[in-house]
Amino acid sequence: MLKFPIYLDYSATTPVDPRVAEKMIPWLTEHFGNPASRSHPFGWEAEKAVEDAREQVAALVGADSREIIWTSGATESNNLAIKGAAQFYKGKGKHIITVKTEHKAVLDTVRELERLGFEATYLDVQENGLLDLEVLKAAIRPDTILVSVMMVNNEIGVVQPIAEIGEICRDKGIVFHVDAAQATGKVDINLAELKVDLMSFSAHKTYGPKGIGALFVRRKPRVRLEAQMHGGGHERGLRSGTLPTHQIVGMGEAFRIAREEMHAENARIRALRDRLLDGLKDMEAVYVNGDLEHRVPHNLNISFAYVEGESLIMAIKDVAVSSGSACTSASLEPSYVLRALGRDDELAHSSIRFTIGRFTTAEEIDYTIDLLKKRIGKLRELSPLWEMVQEGIDLNTVQWAAH
Amino acid sequence: MFAPTYLDWNATTPLHPAVREAMLPWLDARFGNASSRHEYGRQARAAIDTARAQVAAAVGAHATEVVFTSGGSEANNLFIKGAAACMKPGLVAVSAIEHPCVREPARQLARAGWTLREIAVDAAGRIDPDDWAAVLRARPSIVSVMRANNETGVLQDVARLAAEARAAGAWFHTDAVQALGKTVLDFRALGVHGMTLSAHKIGGPLGAGALVLDKRVELAPLIAGGGQERGLRSGTENVAAIVGFGVACELASAQVEREAVRLAGLRERLEAAVAGLGARIFSTGAERLPNTCFFAIEGIDGETLVGKLDRAGFACASGSACSSANPEPSRTLTAMGVAPELARNAVRVSLGRDTTEQDVERFAAGLARQVQELRNLTAMAV
Repeated sequence: MLKFPIYLDYSATTPVDPRVAEKMIPWLTEHFGNPASRSHPFGWEAEKAVEDAREQVAALVGADSREIIWTSGATESNNLAIKGAAQFYKGKGKHIITVKTEHKAVLDTVRELERLGFEATYLDVQENGLLDLEVLKAAIRPDTILVSVMMVNNEIGVVQPIAEIGEICRDKGIVFHVDAAQATGKVDINLAELKVDLMSFSAHKTYGPKGIGALFVRRKPRVRLEAQMHGGGHERGLRSGTLPTHQIVGMGEAFRIAREEMHAENARIRALRDRLLDGLKDMEAVYVNGDLEHRVPHNLNISFAYVEGESLIMAIKDVAVSSGSACTSASLEPSYVLRALGRDDELAHSSIRFTIGRFTTAEEIDYTIDLLKKRIGKLRELSPLWEMVQEGIDLNTVQWAAH
Repeated sequence: MFAPTYLDWNATTPLHPAVREAMLPWLDARFGNASSRHEYGRQARAAIDTARAQVAAAVGAHATEVVFTSGGSEANNLFIKGAAACMKPGLVAVSAIEHPCVREPARQLARAGWTLREIAVDAAGRIDPDDWAAVLRARPSIVSVMRANNETGVLQDVARLAAEARAAGAWFHTDAVQALGKTVLDFRALGVHGMTLSAHKIGGPLGAGALVLDKRVELAPLIAGGGQERGLRSGTENVAAIVGFGVACELASAQVEREAVRLAGLRERLEAAVAGLGARIFSTGAERLPNTCFFAIEGIDGETLVGKLDRAGFACASGSACSSANPEPSRTLTAMGVAPELARNAVRVSLGRDTTEQDVERFAAGLARQVQELRNLTAMAV
């Protein structure tokens, strides 16, 4: 039985896995201590739960648990990593490199640093969404102190060459930060091998709760940060504030499940994604955004030319998808990520992000394919542009009259 | 687990069962990202709006004045650093008894060209009037004085302080984390520019707090990104915790007056017993939260006593939870002029929703026993 609306927006957020919720609930009932309370068992048991979860998060990404700092989410992790490293190493230089397709949590943070006197380079990506390593090398300056590149893009799902970028940065002594909010449970991450200094994580993109994330801060070679939130000195002084035990326990369990199940799960999800792609690819004027090979299996971002994305989303209300990332979906601007791939405004406006996850079924995919075919046909019938294209007119040669 | 009697309600509180019920759907079928525009997202957005109205109503503010954060520490950091980022470096004045998450951000400003001035308190833990007048004459840009102290429970006359600070041209912030739910809290009546709240001190969940912010105040965000919370606090909203915070506020404000009377009665019994052991109870001369008793007994180390009480089945604190690892004597007591030797003996007992008369009686008896044992040991050693 299908349940509506069908959720195909797993990159915006994921449901909390029932196993995760079950682990969280005791910490919302009898186990309520403040993990910083040192004088009674309420505090001790909370502290132990927090440390067990830290091990679980570290285990998924090949880190030492002492390298994991709890935050309120990936946005805070990105802010802490980028501002914290920039401020700590500002004596060495003031240049920061990032990429035009990063999440707003990175881009806005770097912009803020620019206002404070840092200089930034926003690298272009190739048409497939991937960073060209030569472009990165060419952008590095003697005063470059920080490079921030996301592992998996939230809109198009492409996987950046993090290992290679890490080599380049380590070679030059530049701190390398990676936003891995969309990567955990989707691609293998081994920080014992990757030359990454700082990595941001989120729980709610990996079937954990909202309001909790983590930042990996490498111990060897040691990376230093200026704290951004000051107070009681929690998290070795890097992030003050009472730790939300139930959320931390949830993140730990979510990452434990991801570690155990991701390979089997990703094979299943890839089959569903391919089924969706197969169902849609024979339609006319349909374009997949982003590289299909260097990509997580969960994501399919497609432009349906001559159909306005917002009207399409309204027309397929039975399916919950997004036209960009959730964070920017409040704005009607075309996706800056698709623009960075060189898509024109029209095509960027016609795109839909489908993201598949743990609870997606083949039946849901089939329903979605049918619905899209029907509705896109309808919308195109109403489109004068589509009519002109059908008549063989090249729209680029049309002289539009000004109104 | 054997459940000790919990007498550390100023550190954190058990989740109210009704709050838990309200939260659970948001950890289950209602999992949307509040920024998503489909049904899942709209549900989450509506729930956050409801919670915002509940929080605002509990403290006499307008819903648009509530900025959700990950907790009280973040809200305090947001006001102090966020206000400073919009000003030329000047004078920041915070009371000498602030929580570290006010004091430390203020110290950060001092590293960035600001002058930090601590406002002295008197022997009872109230803002010292002479020092306050001197602070105002120095024309501070930012002032932060907590409404209720986490250790002594002392309430400051924030309405008057805020009015005077405003008249002197300062932005006034109050950390009201300990005041919420224990005393009537009215943002308008206090007349502050910013006020910090936390969910987990009032039967709400860990991981949610708010800065209540006068609409006319401009702040720079601490966390940049997706532009949530009117751009003042980016990051996907923690819907379940925010929903819980809203319900907790509603419950707390509905019973605050009745509960304050009940807790004051319990504390009176407690303090009679504590005083009977020869303890010095701090700040009895000041207006205090009804649930907090902070005392010290000559010759009996606070850590040792709290450890013994724990083994006897009573959970209380020797200092604030956040600095429990720190063997330094309480800064609050030091600021009040209490000698360090006595300050090291301090024990905080804080009562709450589930505390009963029997709990207090049992604690009083337990305390008397532990104190007697420790005194016997000391006597043997001498």
